[in-house]
Order: sequence, then C-alpha cells, then structure tokens
Amino acid sequence: MGVEEEVKRDLESRFAGQLKASQVLRPRVLQVRIDRKDLLPVAKRLKESGFEHLSCISAVDWLTRYESVCHITSWSRNCLVEVIAEIPHDDPKLDSLFGVWPGADYHEREAWDLMGITYTGHPNLERILLPADFKYHPLRKDFPQEVDRQYVSRRKLGGG
Amino acid sequence: MWINMGPQHPMTHGLWNLKVRVDGETVVEARPEIGYLHRGVEKIAEVREFHKVVILTDRLCYVSSVTWSHAYCLAVEELMGISDRIPARGRYLRVISNELQRVASHLMWLAAYAPDLGLLTGLLWSLRERELFLDLLQALTGQRMNQNYPRVGGVRNDMPATFARDCEKVIRHFHKKLEEYEDLFERNKTFRMRTEGVGVLSKADGLAWGVTGPNLRASGVDYDLRKLDPYDAYADLKFEPAVEPGGDNLARYLIRIEEMRTSCDLILQAVKRIPEGPYRIKAPRRAEGTAFRRTEDSRGEALFYVAGDGGDRPYRVKIRSPIFCTMSAVPTIMRGEKIADVIGIMGSLDVCVGEMDK
Repeated sequence: MGVEEEVKRDLESRFAGQLKASQVLRPRVLQVRIDRKDLLPVAKRLKESGFEHLSCISAVDWLTRYESVCHITSWSRNCLVEVIAEIPHDDPKLDSLFGVWPGADYHEREAWDLMGITYTGHPNLERILLPADFKYHPLRKDFPQEVDRQYVSRRKLGGG
Repeated sequence: MWINMGPQHPMTHGLWNLKVRVDGETVVEARPEIGYLHRGVEKIAEVREFHKVVILTDRLCYVSSVTWSHAYCLAVEELMGISDRIPARGRYLRVISNELQRVASHLMWLAAYAPDLGLLTGLLWSLRERELFLDLLQALTGQRMNQNYPRVGGVRNDMPATFARDCEKVIRHFHKKLEEYEDLFERNKTFRMRTEGVGVLSKADGLAWGVTGPNLRASGVDYDLRKLDPYDAYADLKFEPAVEPGGDNLARYLIRIEEMRTSCDLILQAVKRIPEGPYRIKAPRRAEGTAFRRTEDSRGEALFYVAGDGGDRPYRVKIRSPIFCTMSAVPTIMRGEKIADVIGIMGSLDVCVGEMDK
C-alpha cells in the first residue's frame, strides 16, 4: 500500500462524513475535497501526521463558488495532498492556516489581494502585490480583461 | 529607527523594498514590501491560448526562463492527459536545457552576490563562465535569454549535431574554473568573515515558512523534487542532491557551487544517453479540469496549478514562486543580525523579483 493510500485511509476514518470526495491522482498525490468549515481540522491532522510543508494556496473563482486549493507536502513521507476547500460565492471567507503553517502568510495575503477571499484569523491581511489603495480584486472573473487585441498599424494610428 | 532599503538600493537586485527597524546596529524587525514588478501574468494567461502562455512564463524570471516555461508545460500536459506520451528525446532535451539554465542562473547569482560582499572579481569571473553556458543555450534554442524553448508536448527543436561535443568541452573547462572560484571565495578572509555564521536559517524555521530549494537544502533538509517526484528523464539519471547543515550564508554559497557540479554531471549523462526519435508530439488545443505539477526550479519548488473549462484558454493559472515564499521567512532570518549584514544575507537568498511579483 502506497503512502497516499495510508493518508487517504487515515483521513477517511477521522473525517468520515466530512470528506466530499477523495481520490488518488497519481502515485504519491492525493486529492481531497472538503467544505470550508473542515479545513482547519483536516490541516491540523495532516500537520500531525508529518506534512511539514505548505506548498501553495491557490484561489479559484468558479462563478458559483470559490475554491481555496492547498497543496500540502511531506518531504519525509514523500507525499502531497491537494485539499480543496469550497467557499460559497456570496460569502468568501475561510479560516486562516497561519497557525498551522506560518508559510501560509504570504499565500493568503496574495489570495486576499487578487481574489478577495478573507482569511479569518490571519494576523496581517493586507494587500501584498497591488497598491494598498487599490479597490478591486483583479483575478475575479467579473474583473474585465481585454480578450482580443487587434493589431493596429502605426500608419492607421497616425490617421494615414 | 526605520530604514528603507529599497526600492532603489544596490542591495535589492530588482525593485522591492526591505524596511528594517534598527536598535543601534542591530536589526530588530524587518518588513519586506513587494509588488513593484507585478505584471498580472496570471490574469493575462486567462485570455491567451494554452500554447501562447509559454512566452509569458518565460518572462517570470529572466535569468531562469527555461525552468519556468518547462514547469508550465508540465502542468498543462498533466491537464490535457498527455504527460505519459511525451517522447523520450523531448524529455532528455528538457533535462539538458533545464540544467544548462540552472548553471547559468547560479552563475548569475554568484555574479550578483560577489560584489554584494565587495569581491568584484567574482562578478567578472562568473559572468565570463555564464556566457559559455548561454552560448550553449543559444546553440540549443536560438536565444541567450527568454528562450521560449519548452512546448506543451515536448520541446521546440532538436539539438544541433555538435551539441554533445560542445557541452563536454564547456563542462571540462568549467570544472577547472569552479576550482578557481573556490580558491577565490573560500580562501578569502573577508568572504568567510561575512558569511560564516551570518544569517542562520534553522531547519524548523525553513520548513515552517515554506522555504525551498538551495536555501532549504543549505539548512540541512535532504529534499530535491528531481529525486522525490521525478519528472522528465530525471528518474533515469544518477545524481545525489547536495545538502549542507550550516544554514548560514556560507552554506547557501557552498550548496550552489555543489549544485553546479551536479548539474554539469546531469548534462553529461543526458547528452550521452539521449535516445533518437521525435522530440515533440502534437498537443490538443482544449482542456478541461484542473491539474498541477511542481518542479525543482533554480530557486526552489515551482508549482503551476492550471484549470481549464473546456476552451482553448486556461481558466486559471496559479504560479507558486519559491522566492515569494522565501521572502516571508526574511523577517525571521533578519532578527538580531547587524545592519551591515543585511545585504549579504539577502544576496545569499538569490532573490528574483520577476518571479516573486509575477
């Protein structure tokens, strides 16, 4: 039995009713889908079982919901768990992982800055990449983006 | 007293600001301010076709372009479900280009780090050797920088006929030069005084703050994604990732010198074992679902999380930049250091603002 199966069984036995889905994506990579209220207990359990490194937190706007995707790694057990926390679209709030992995600090600030997800319990949730007085969260799908850039020759621009 | 080191400061090697609060000469608090170079790569990627994003990811880090576009291609291949169909020759060419880029990137780091500590010779010497590796990259890809070489489904073009011989020649020459570097740096009293025991990052702190790459291996964590999660042809090649227990500036220097040796060794193995055959397959245009892949970039763990909605453009691209995460550990490293050492410590971390600010 591979290490990802061990982790899967451990999570399934501890969070029986709370895992919405769990599947092995490829050897040593496990994917778990949970509701946002279960993120902190699952993260704490993973930390206890040797997952010492938080690789990444990615926020995705799926129009009907937000997702906060955490890639959590264990170097010692050589395994990665992708924890997908689903967040309702009208209330983008999620518990902060700062207390479990301090490395979540910048990831969460970035997700707040660009996607507008509020991480409750974060000690310093400020904009990180954009200026402090910026009003929007540009990675949201309702933030307009130029789709096709038509090539305009210099002569046309000059009116010739 | 607060001191702004940046955004225009010789220390920064780019555009960012490190605010330090000092008590006498001791740093009691440090606060990085980043974002000056934010170009919105993730947002722009959402309106470009999958294949056209490669050229954007090239520009994430201008001294390590190939490794970044390579990581993006791996993630998109995973999303399209073609990652096990990449031809063997393409996978070997990716290893070769990645390792050439890694050596060039580490040499650029050395070239920036040496003048930080007042060793101008180091700058000239390492740029001289970096040029040899850029020549090799140019022979392989056609460009010195921003190569736009990896493709979704393989690499852009095959290597030239004399490439294996050229690599061997350059690497034989480079090994001699590496010994000269070691004489220049490690037997230099000033260099040792400014690096030994300065800027210590403990193993526990490094893991907690998400530091990766050479900086984490210099703190005694034996990890390397090329070994732990082998991609491309790394599983076929023999190498041992270097580990240093020190955690200080000197350890971070030693680890990069050792990594250049490892990379040269990997290049030699790869050009010897490279099989004949096609180097690229035709990739589909559309993709649906989500996928991620991570690679060992020159600076640490690079991760791309790509989502597709069935169209020919990515729905979302998320970039995990190793230096972005390392930057969050800077306040911890800086606490208790002397103000004069701030430059040496930041230099040893190998900051690349392009990938940090995305």
